[in-house]
Amino acid sequence: MAEEDDILRLEAVRKAYNVATPIETEVLHGIDMALHRGEFAALIGPSGSGKSTLLHLIGLLERPTAGRILIAGREIDALDEAGMTELRGRTLGFVFQFHHLLPEFTALENVMMPTLIDQGRATRAMRERARWLLGKVGLADALDKKPSALSGGMQQRVAIARSLAMNPPLVLADEPTGNLDSHTADDIFALLREFNREEGSAFLIVTHDARLAAGCDRRIELMDGRILASPSAQA
Amino acid sequence: MPFEWILALRFLREGRMQTALIMAGTTVGVAVIIFISALMNGLQASLASRTLSTQAHVTVRVPDDAPTPVLARGDTGIIAAHIEPRVQRLRSIDQWEQVYRQVALLPHVVDVSPLTTGSGFAFRGNASKAIAIMGILPERYERIVRIGDKLTAGQFRVGPGEAVIGCELANDLGATVGDRIRILSSENRDDVFRITGVFDLGVKDLNRRWVIMAQRNAQSLLDLSGGVTHIDLTVDDIFAAESVATRIASLTGLTAESWMAVNTQLLTAFKNQTMTTRTVRVFLILIVALGIASVLVVSVVQKQREIGILRAMGTSPRRIMWVFLIQGGLVGASGALLGSGLAALMVYGASFALRQSDGSPLISGSIEPAYYLSAAAVAILTGLLAAVAPARRAAKMDPVEAIRYG
Repeated sequence: MAEEDDILRLEAVRKAYNVATPIETEVLHGIDMALHRGEFAALIGPSGSGKSTLLHLIGLLERPTAGRILIAGREIDALDEAGMTELRGRTLGFVFQFHHLLPEFTALENVMMPTLIDQGRATRAMRERARWLLGKVGLADALDKKPSALSGGMQQRVAIARSLAMNPPLVLADEPTGNLDSHTADDIFALLREFNREEGSAFLIVTHDARLAAGCDRRIELMDGRILASPSAQA
Repeated sequence: MPFEWILALRFLREGRMQTALIMAGTTVGVAVIIFISALMNGLQASLASRTLSTQAHVTVRVPDDAPTPVLARGDTGIIAAHIEPRVQRLRSIDQWEQVYRQVALLPHVVDVSPLTTGSGFAFRGNASKAIAIMGILPERYERIVRIGDKLTAGQFRVGPGEAVIGCELANDLGATVGDRIRILSSENRDDVFRITGVFDLGVKDLNRRWVIMAQRNAQSLLDLSGGVTHIDLTVDDIFAAESVATRIASLTGLTAESWMAVNTQLLTAFKNQTMTTRTVRVFLILIVALGIASVLVVSVVQKQREIGILRAMGTSPRRIMWVFLIQGGLVGASGALLGSGLAALMVYGASFALRQSDGSPLISGSIEPAYYLSAAAVAILTGLLAAVAPARRAAKMDPVEAIRYG
């Protein structure tokens, strides 16, 4: 598989906290992995295995202690803070366990937010895309509702719609169904799959749920800061 | 609307109680700042105009004669143990017409009036009183001190052999309009004048001593043919009087005194008032700034998660900072707007409530636009500065920390 087909590539990535102090702890001990464009992968592993840390590194929220990370072919080591912020905004979509919607804004405004951040001003096209995305997640009737007026499942749907607002090539989801009942969780998962098929975005989903992971094209298993197995779909 | 403004406005709008409280605080602060400024300036202006209604802004006169010590030849040490001050003679300003024309052309100078004054006595029957002889050109002097407005009897007319006198003097001499009085000058010349008017300047000393007459009469009484002892003038900005006086003194070599030099106590009172006002203003600004800052600090902590998610979605720390700076500026601006309205009401009310001894309003019911503008500028700036610390704190927030604890 050629390198340019990878939306994400990690080479010998290490992450340690409290570096050069007596309590230095290495959380990730040399991660090598790649994700192809349009791939739908689960990142699994027990608590404390380093899943969240790995997601933060890929999400450009933290920098690795050593190793290379390439996102959409761009070496993040070469980017400054502003470059990271821009790459994050344009290339990555986030879905968090605790949806993290902005409570001051309506569902529609929340979905517009990533595009608004990117372009600086609200436009009609932005509004239309947000409306369409909310329609896709089945919330066409809840456009003007604030998050507090929506159920947990509905809030997570808004968050999914938001993560796709910029049509990002890679969506990172951290326990997207973690605090939902199994029925709602299945709905949400189906939605992610649908967007993966229709929009072509690659998904990397952190989950505890073995059933959910089984539904992914590929499972990347993390244990004690090392990748155990990551059979590629093509492998 | 730009992203930062949308966020700032929404955060303020949704912060209901906090926003309402801090806006109320800012509003009251701005209103009080404008109100006390207007009150103090009104007070000073009314005091100054009352004081200056009976005197010139600047008076030019001959310098006092200074003693000239005679020195012994061969200067070895001791010169004089005691120098006797000289007796001050009554003298005319040398070449006064030239001086008169010169000062009339200076910047700030509005009206100029030549004056021939000296001392003397007024007699009527058995009564005799020490007086000040004021020889004037009525149409010119009227522009310096509006005697015509202050008459209690008769009219302001000083033809040959006519005089207008103060009410206290009229009382002392038992004289009224139409009566004749004899005036003896310090130069030992005398003449008889008919009283055409009686005035009340509101200053007892002037009412007791002033006898206003035509300049020619005064010149002959004081033995100063064609002479002028003082030149009175008014200026357009009363607080520029001192600089005009200094300028005249250096130009002409004469003594020029401003009303500020003459009324040092009044000026000291003004200065103290101004300083008090300024101190109160500084503390009010400080209180408003602390209020805005504390509300925004709380808001930053409350919005920790949202700031984190905004950062994760590609918002730069600088833009996060602006969101909070704009909030501070907006609170300041709205406080300025509402505060100006409140101040206008307060000043309007005070123009009815606060009265001078004669019943006229102490301050006018309107405020100069400059007060509003400066208060608005100060309020907005205060809001922005107060927001700096919270905004920096928001910008520095680690998105990972913010997101992790959902």
